[in-house]
Amino acid sequence: MQLSRDDLLDAYRVMKTMREFDERLHVEFATGEIPGFVHLYCGEEASGAGICAHLDDRDHIASNHRGHGHCIAKGCDVPGMMAEIYGKETGLCGGKGGSMHIADLEKGMMGANGIVGAGTPLVCGAALSAKTLGTGGVAVAFTGDGGSNQGAVYESMNLAGVWTLPAIFVFENNGYGEASASSWATAGGSIAKRAEGFGIPFVTVDGADYFAVREAAGEAVARARAGEGPSVIECEMRRFYGHFEGDPQTYRTEDELAEVRERRDPIPRFTARVREAGLLEEDDFAAVDAEVAELIERAVAEAKAAKVPAVETLADHVYTSY
Amino acid sequence: MTTSATTSTKPKTFRAAVNAALKQEMRRDERVIVMGEDVAGGQGGSAETEEAWGGPFGMTKGLIGEFGPGRVLDTPITEAAFVGAATGAAMTGLRPVVEIMFVDFMAVAFDQILNQMAKIKYMFGGKATLPITVRCLYGAGFRAGAQHSQCLYPMLTHVPGLKVAIPASPYEAKGMLAAAIRDDDPVFFFEHKATLGMREPVPEEEYVIPLGQARVMREGKDITIVAIGRMALFAAKAAEALAEEGIDCEVVDPRTTSPLDSEAILASVRKTGRLIVVDEAYPRCNMATDIAALAAQEAFRDLRAAPRMVSPPHTSVPFGGPLEDAYVPGPDRIADAVRAAMTDK
Repeated sequence: MQLSRDDLLDAYRVMKTMREFDERLHVEFATGEIPGFVHLYCGEEASGAGICAHLDDRDHIASNHRGHGHCIAKGCDVPGMMAEIYGKETGLCGGKGGSMHIADLEKGMMGANGIVGAGTPLVCGAALSAKTLGTGGVAVAFTGDGGSNQGAVYESMNLAGVWTLPAIFVFENNGYGEASASSWATAGGSIAKRAEGFGIPFVTVDGADYFAVREAAGEAVARARAGEGPSVIECEMRRFYGHFEGDPQTYRTEDELAEVRERRDPIPRFTARVREAGLLEEDDFAAVDAEVAELIERAVAEAKAAKVPAVETLADHVYTSY
Repeated sequence: MTTSATTSTKPKTFRAAVNAALKQEMRRDERVIVMGEDVAGGQGGSAETEEAWGGPFGMTKGLIGEFGPGRVLDTPITEAAFVGAATGAAMTGLRPVVEIMFVDFMAVAFDQILNQMAKIKYMFGGKATLPITVRCLYGAGFRAGAQHSQCLYPMLTHVPGLKVAIPASPYEAKGMLAAAIRDDDPVFFFEHKATLGMREPVPEEEYVIPLGQARVMREGKDITIVAIGRMALFAAKAAEALAEEGIDCEVVDPRTTSPLDSEAILASVRKTGRLIVVDEAYPRCNMATDIAALAAQEAFRDLRAAPRMVSPPHTSVPFGGPLEDAYVPGPDRIADAVRAAMTDK
């Protein structure tokens, strides 16, 4: 796979933005200023970035509760995301959604989701629209190892197979569904292999390897655009933090956490490979780092300064008209 | 609002009225698609027919012939997937009409209904439009047993973001289905199994009955009977019998339970001072309790008798003939409630 300098810079910028966005949330959440729950994507960046690299404005994604990274990869406005997480009126959803319901349909982002596995049927619908309206678009469902055991997910895979939909089901297996190991919760031992029963092409990739994810996603997207139906991609990875912020992670050893940071961090793996190949240099990374740091700083400052929604808007947007 | 002055009004069954509205709306807007279990039927069967059933009750007969498999989609038996797919399709440019064969089956898709379809617009700060119509059969009296006979519209009425339409007759069904399909919000559209063969004059022309407008089926001065769906037909029948006893009933059909035309209901209650609410749904937290509470709060000083609720007992719907007959409220039970209310001091 030959990627241009711009492709590589974009990939690095997206992953670095995801990382810094959620690392900053880790810090800010601890102050108590952010309402509700947040679920961080740190350690999983290569998946969202590698898959969404193939998508454009025709395409849709549906995400899950761990959705900040997917939003960034699909091009959502970063300050708008941050403001939404802070519950402010300048947020992408006007402060009515929060971290678990961030969405931007104009960018093809059909929402994070508070119900595990629930985005997959929605993706069948976006894929059906693409097929019916002839847009050439594809639709991608991001689900985790936890979501992989939901009935709606298998119903969706079957429907996508029966209707030959341009849909891609991505299972981000980060090792744990909440506090239970995916190895324990997955009968049969493989999430991806379950696709075989539906006749859906499937692949398991190292989800911390940007290039592996990107290559697998390229094949799946090409199949979908060619009208050849759905695909399944399982990305094996580990999250750095707990299920939610504040999770004491009593189900993981210190050794595991250290090993994950040291060996399964997708960003140093990406930079090392690109540097070794002589494609990007230190200055390139440093320039992106500065750009990202400025963006995150601005996003947090704007979010903190923004107004909360007016109480008068409480009952707005329940219906289009009533 | 009954039949308009038109030259092409023909008697139609409820089934034919629904079918006509679907064809009318699919011709009018090519973003309208129909999906559900066997809405055409016969896919992959040995008979090699494009359309085996047109839906198990023939409601969608002839659609696939006119509009083709790209707009009339048979689904596997997989309510969560296809109700969710309809929701996702509505978010991305289509206007799906989904058939959940029996409303009881919505339980299989309830996450997609309750947590996705109903909430997406609100959660997204208004930046989503969900033009979905979900058609479903409801109601007892068909010897269909506990899992194919429920009403359940109170459960959907309870949820912000959903609209609920319950037409009582063929004329109502055609006009309200057109309104539902043209609406930009999710609308559940209820069709009573026992009224599918009912006939009445229905115009061939397009007409739309706006959601949220009750109708006064019969004007009267002594007592208001608010009755929903098939129960509105029974209430009208009871009112006829009571007229012979000198009791002048006003019968109000809310048509939709969400939005609920509270003003029309209260106006009638203020006029008559007495209220009976008839609802075929289970009695706790149903539309009868809701409307009775509305009247108690908003029209207390106009009431001359306690509001009375006529509903089935708090049981599942029985299968056996005598049990089911005893379960469903009929004109006699409605008339008894009216007589009791008339003697209240």
